[in-house]
Amino acid sequence: MTAPTEKQNIHDYLAEFDDIPGTRVFTAARARKGYWLNQFAMSLMTPENREAWKADERKYLENWPMSDEQREAILARDYNRCLDLGGNVYFLAKVFSTDGLSFAEAVSSMTDMTFPEYREMMNKGGRSPQGNRSIKGGY
Amino acid sequence: MARITAGVASSHVPLLGVAVDQGKTGDEYFGPIFAGYEWTKAWEKEEKPDVVILVYNDHASAFDMKIIPTFAIGCGERYKSADEGWGPRPVPDVEGHADLGWHIAQSLILDEFDMTIINEMDVDHGMTVPLSMMFGQPDKWPVKVVPLAVNVVTYPVPSGNRCWALGEAIARAVESFPEDLNVQIWGTGGMSHQLQGPRAGLLNREWDNKFLDMLIGDSDAARFIPHLEYLRETGSEGIEMVMWLVMRGALGKKAKCLHRHYHIPCSNTAIGHLVLEPTE
Repeated sequence: MTAPTEKQNIHDYLAEFDDIPGTRVFTAARARKGYWLNQFAMSLMTPENREAWKADERKYLENWPMSDEQREAILARDYNRCLDLGGNVYFLAKVFSTDGLSFAEAVSSMTDMTFPEYREMMNKGGRSPQGNRSIKGGY
Repeated sequence: MARITAGVASSHVPLLGVAVDQGKTGDEYFGPIFAGYEWTKAWEKEEKPDVVILVYNDHASAFDMKIIPTFAIGCGERYKSADEGWGPRPVPDVEGHADLGWHIAQSLILDEFDMTIINEMDVDHGMTVPLSMMFGQPDKWPVKVVPLAVNVVTYPVPSGNRCWALGEAIARAVESFPEDLNVQIWGTGGMSHQLQGPRAGLLNREWDNKFLDMLIGDSDAARFIPHLEYLRETGSEGIEMVMWLVMRGALGKKAKCLHRHYHIPCSNTAIGHLVLEPTE
C-alpha cells in the first residue's frame, strides 16, 4: 500500500497509464480529442434521433463537427479505433445499444476473440490479470 | 436526529436491470447472483430506512462531456429513469429528499467539500440497478434517495483518500440534521471489470476479495490505494470501487460485516456486495 503523503505530479500520473496493456485510459487529452464523437453518441438517447440515425447514418454524422477518421470509425463500428480517436465506452454504448448489441457483445469486438469465445472466457472466470498488468514489467 | 445506520456496497451492472425487468432473476445464469441479495432484501424490509444516500456514477446519461462534476449531490424532489439508448427502464421514479440533500450540500461546502448541486436530472442504471437489487420490483421505491454522483469516467477521478474523507464529512452532515431519520449510505459500481480495448474482460477475484476484506474492521488502508493499482489489477472500469470508499468513510472507524456476496461473472463484470454496520 502506498503511503498517503506526497501529492502526485500530473505528468507522472498520466505517464503511468501508458504502461497498461490493451487499455486506453480516458484522460483529458482523449476527452478533448473525442469531444464531438462522444457528444454525437450522446444524441442517440432520444427515440427521434435514433430513428434519424438509423435512416441515414452518414447524413446524421454531418450534423457533428467530427474528423473524417472519427466518422469512418463509427460507420465501421471499429470501437478500438473510436477509443484511439477519443471515444469513451459509456458514450459509444449509445451507438451499440441502438444497434441492439449487448455490452458484452460490443465489448468482445474490441478483443481478439469472437463473441462466443469471449462469453466462454467470462463464464470461466474472465481474463486473468496475470501478464496483463504492465507492459514494461511484463507481470 | 438523523443517523447513518448501515452501509451497503453493490455492483450496478446494467444487465442486472434487464434480468429484473424481464423476469430472469431465477434462471441458471442470474440465479446465483440474485441469491446473494436475498439476505439483504429481507434485512432491508426489517430495517425500513427512510433515506438512502446513493453514491453512484452517471454513465453519460445526465452528464455528457459539457459538464463534468467531480462530486455532485442531488437536491431535487424527483428523478426519472434515463433513456440509455434502449428506452428508460420500467421502474418507479426515484423520490428525492430535498431537505436532507440541501442540508448535506450546505454542510459539505462549509466543511470544504465544494459540491456541485443538481436540481433536475434523469438517473441511469448506476442508481436504478442497486435499488432493484435491494428492493425488487415495488410500485414505489420504499425509500427516498439523495443521489451522490462521482466522476469515475474522465481522468483524473477523485482519489480514494478524498472519497473516504467525503464519506466522513457526509456522516458529520447527517448527524447535524434535526429530523429523526434512519439513513443508509450505499456505494455502488465495480468490482473488477474492463469494458474497452484488447484487455476487455479482465477480472480479478483475488484482488476484489482483498478489497472486500479491507472494508471490514478498523483499517483505513483502502483509502490509499492509488488509481494505477485499480487500473492494473481490476480493469479500466474497476476504478468505480472508489465510490465504495465514500460509503465506508461515512461509517466511521470500525465496521462490522453483516453480509457478503461475490460472484463471477455477470456479463463483463465481477459482482460484489457487502452490508456493513458502524460499530463505534
